[in-house]
Amino acid sequence: MILQAIFFYLFAGVCIASAIMVIVARNPVHSVLFLILAFVNAAGLFMLMGAEFLAMILIVVYVGAVAVLFLFVVMMLDVDFAELRHGLLNYLPIGFVVGAVLLAELLFVVGAWVIEPGVPKTITAPIAGDISNTQALGLVLYTRYVYFFEAAGVILLVAMIGAIVMTLQHKPDVRRQRVGEQLARTRASAIEVVKVRSGQGLP
Amino acid sequence: MSSGMYEAIVFLPLLGAVIAGLITLVGAASRHPGASPPAPHDDHAAIDHASLDSEEEVARSTAGSQAAELVTTTLLVLSWVLSCVAFVDVGFNGHDARVPLFNFITSGDLKVDWALRIDPLTAVMLVVVTTISALVHLYSIGYMADDPYKPRFFSYLSFFTFAMLALVTADNLAQLFFGWEGVGLASYLLIGFWFHKPEANAAAIKAFIVNRIGDFGFALGIFAVFLMTGSINFDTIFAQAPDLVGKTLHYLSFDVDALTLICLLLFMGAMGKSAQFLLHTWLPDAMEGPTPVSALIHAATMVTAGVFMVARLSPLFSLAPTAQAFVIVIGATTAFFAATVGLVQNDIKRIIAYSTCSQLGYMFVAMGTGAYSVGMFHLFTHAFFKALLFLGSGSVIIAMHHEQDIRHMGGLWRKIPFTYATMFVGTLALTGFPFTAGYYSKDAIIEAADAASGAAASYGFAMTVAAAALTSFYSWRLMFKTFHGAPHDRHHYEAAHESPIVMLVPLALLAIGSIGAGWPFLHLFTGDGAVEFFRDSLKMGSDNKVLEEMEHLSFAVRVIPTVMMAGGLLVAFQFYIRRPEIPERLAREQSVLYHFLLNAWYFDRIYDFLFVRPTLWLGRLLWKGGDGFIIDGFGPDGVSARVLDVTRSVVRLQTGYLYHYAFAMLIGVAAFITWFMFAGGH
Amino acid sequence: MTIGLGHYLSVAAILFTLGIFGIFLNRKNIIIILMSVELILLAVNINLVAFSAFLGDIVGQVYALIVLTVAAAEAAIGLAILVAYFRNRGSIAVEDVNLMKG
Repeated sequence: MILQAIFFYLFAGVCIASAIMVIVARNPVHSVLFLILAFVNAAGLFMLMGAEFLAMILIVVYVGAVAVLFLFVVMMLDVDFAELRHGLLNYLPIGFVVGAVLLAELLFVVGAWVIEPGVPKTITAPIAGDISNTQALGLVLYTRYVYFFEAAGVILLVAMIGAIVMTLQHKPDVRRQRVGEQLARTRASAIEVVKVRSGQGLP
Repeated sequence: MSSGMYEAIVFLPLLGAVIAGLITLVGAASRHPGASPPAPHDDHAAIDHASLDSEEEVARSTAGSQAAELVTTTLLVLSWVLSCVAFVDVGFNGHDARVPLFNFITSGDLKVDWALRIDPLTAVMLVVVTTISALVHLYSIGYMADDPYKPRFFSYLSFFTFAMLALVTADNLAQLFFGWEGVGLASYLLIGFWFHKPEANAAAIKAFIVNRIGDFGFALGIFAVFLMTGSINFDTIFAQAPDLVGKTLHYLSFDVDALTLICLLLFMGAMGKSAQFLLHTWLPDAMEGPTPVSALIHAATMVTAGVFMVARLSPLFSLAPTAQAFVIVIGATTAFFAATVGLVQNDIKRIIAYSTCSQLGYMFVAMGTGAYSVGMFHLFTHAFFKALLFLGSGSVIIAMHHEQDIRHMGGLWRKIPFTYATMFVGTLALTGFPFTAGYYSKDAIIEAADAASGAAASYGFAMTVAAAALTSFYSWRLMFKTFHGAPHDRHHYEAAHESPIVMLVPLALLAIGSIGAGWPFLHLFTGDGAVEFFRDSLKMGSDNKVLEEMEHLSFAVRVIPTVMMAGGLLVAFQFYIRRPEIPERLAREQSVLYHFLLNAWYFDRIYDFLFVRPTLWLGRLLWKGGDGFIIDGFGPDGVSARVLDVTRSVVRLQTGYLYHYAFAMLIGVAAFITWFMFAGGH
Repeated sequence: MTIGLGHYLSVAAILFTLGIFGIFLNRKNIIIILMSVELILLAVNINLVAFSAFLGDIVGQVYALIVLTVAAAEAAIGLAILVAYFRNRGSIAVEDVNLMKG
């Protein structure tokens, strides 16, 4: 118990601190790195909750792909150190207040609620007793939620195509293979028979 | 008698109007679109011939006018022939008729059929209307010869005739009102015939509006009749009339005698239509219209619609002595007032217009005394000689090349002798020279006023006698200044020439009528013969002995109108032939009185101050303030302006900065959460 | 003390709020906004998994998996848009991105 509590506070604290640093850091590369740290700590939290598959997926997908993507873009765009611009945002006090109110409400809800007694009977997909988290997920994902799974796949496909479409630039002076033209080659356009006199060569 | 005759009388003019109207529209369509009409030939302002449209334009607009004028005139003559037949048939052979046409209104208790009611009163009016109208149509062929818009003119003339005929053949108050409004409309169209003259437009609107005031009273009278009797059919109303005596209407905590109120309200309509005192201001200005219009509408027919209406409703008026007294007072006052104003007018048509106004007053005096047939007699004869005078003056105007001021005329009897002769006859008739038609009818009225009892009748007698003298004076003044003496405008005098035959024939026929419409018809309109002739169409009161007592008046009373006439003639002769400097000296010395009369007792100024200006002010207030500011301001304009305002401020939210949008979203989310927390989910 | 559901939810709430702040309080560039969005999604994931763990319902984790997928896709697209925008405008400073000004 104690250990769990210590790890929880550790993970939670670092997560929150790095989240703050994400926002506050001057160097955008630092921001991305702090984001990675936040993800890792969140993965730790997931582990504590018993969702180890999700925790690993978080590392693989978020850290390994998304955050790296962020890094690529940050470095590619060559973003400068941002100067603090004055007078740009006068909404700081108001925004702070609104955000604080929001946070207060969220915490209030967290602190004051109780789970309705009838909920345990209405659980959609109860976790079976002694299988691993991965197996439990698998049992549900490919049977009851297969459509969502497929949809997620389609979303990824669309995102991929979209990203390529938006950023692909054909440089005009790069030679490329034009497969269509190659296959459409006919004898008439490719070969020219020339009568060559011996000893003369081609004019 | 024969089926279809009465319908033909009424609807043939309408057919003519429609045909001429179609010709007008076709002509207008073929004209160059957007071209302004050429200046009228009658416009005194110098006609800039260079600015007139090409000959071709004018030719195209006159295309078909010969057809229009021939068709309409022929149809009118046909209608006239049938009217004479009807007159004989109904008047002498006693074949009253009621020709139902079709159902007009059926609404709850109100059932109104369109039907032609032919009785002796109607027959007299049919003859009057169709005679004068046919002659005016004929005359207009000559008078309007230079006008490029003849088809329209003839269409309007025929339409007017149709409306007037619908009025006189009406079987119920709604139909009467239809004809009433129809003649008002025709009057507006015809007065404003030369519509690009601003004075003509103003005069037309003035006529229509003043008429409207009378019509308002008339409409209220019709409503009151319906309220009291439950019907607007003449037969039903007349049958119920005796039961209404003594009944009262309760209005605004007043109990008024029903019949008196009804008759007064209906008479208000007559006051407007017949240009009686207080609602007379439109008649002199109506002279802006072409002279044939003045002859037809403002002498013989439309203005007599009021007289006819009182005669038609005689069963009601006979039972309301207060209303009758009021009629006498108004009629007598008008007779006197108009005669005084006519003394000093300088426009030839205006003199005759005021004369008409005065003579209409005479007719109402007769109506008020209960001698309805005498009033109708004067209507009958007056139509002839007044139309004659107007058409004659039109001939003079044409001869003087559209000069209308008698101060610029003089010595014309040598140049246009035929016109002179006919106008002479007309003046004789108007002034009541013995043995002319006017003599019999006018004297009959004065005798009736004397025979009737009551203070109003005495007032009527005094005024009509005085007006007789004045009438004589101004009529002879007109004749002397126009035809005698030295010419004041040499140039016009030299160029004067007699009118074409198509204009002279009507003058001749009317002159014959001015003499011949008197004595032969005397026994039909006065005395016992009147009761026999008119039968039930005119109801004298049961204790009304005026027609009888008229026969037994003293010699003095019978001769006094002639004496007045002679006196007026002598004074006019003195003033304008023997010693022409007297009138000018009098005008200078009595300049207050002179200007008072010249400006028609300043009625126009008074009305302008009392009514026109406040109304215009109110209208402007409602237009700019009410309509413009309030309705438009809070309505379409206001809403659209507010929409723009709101949009302008909302647009400022669209800054383009992402974090602003996110901030807005945040506020929204926070608001939602707060709401759900406190209001709770479902 | 026992770490209950409430603790995890509080952490998620704080992360969520931090993500929100990050969106509109940043004065630097657009990438920070995208990263703040990732933080928000992370907070949501923590929420989902916490509930799943404490109610014993695997659906929460399935949902979290889908959210993860979508978050990744959205990050990719967002960055692609950013790159394209940068190529056209040359700057991704926050106050320069106001083409949508109405």
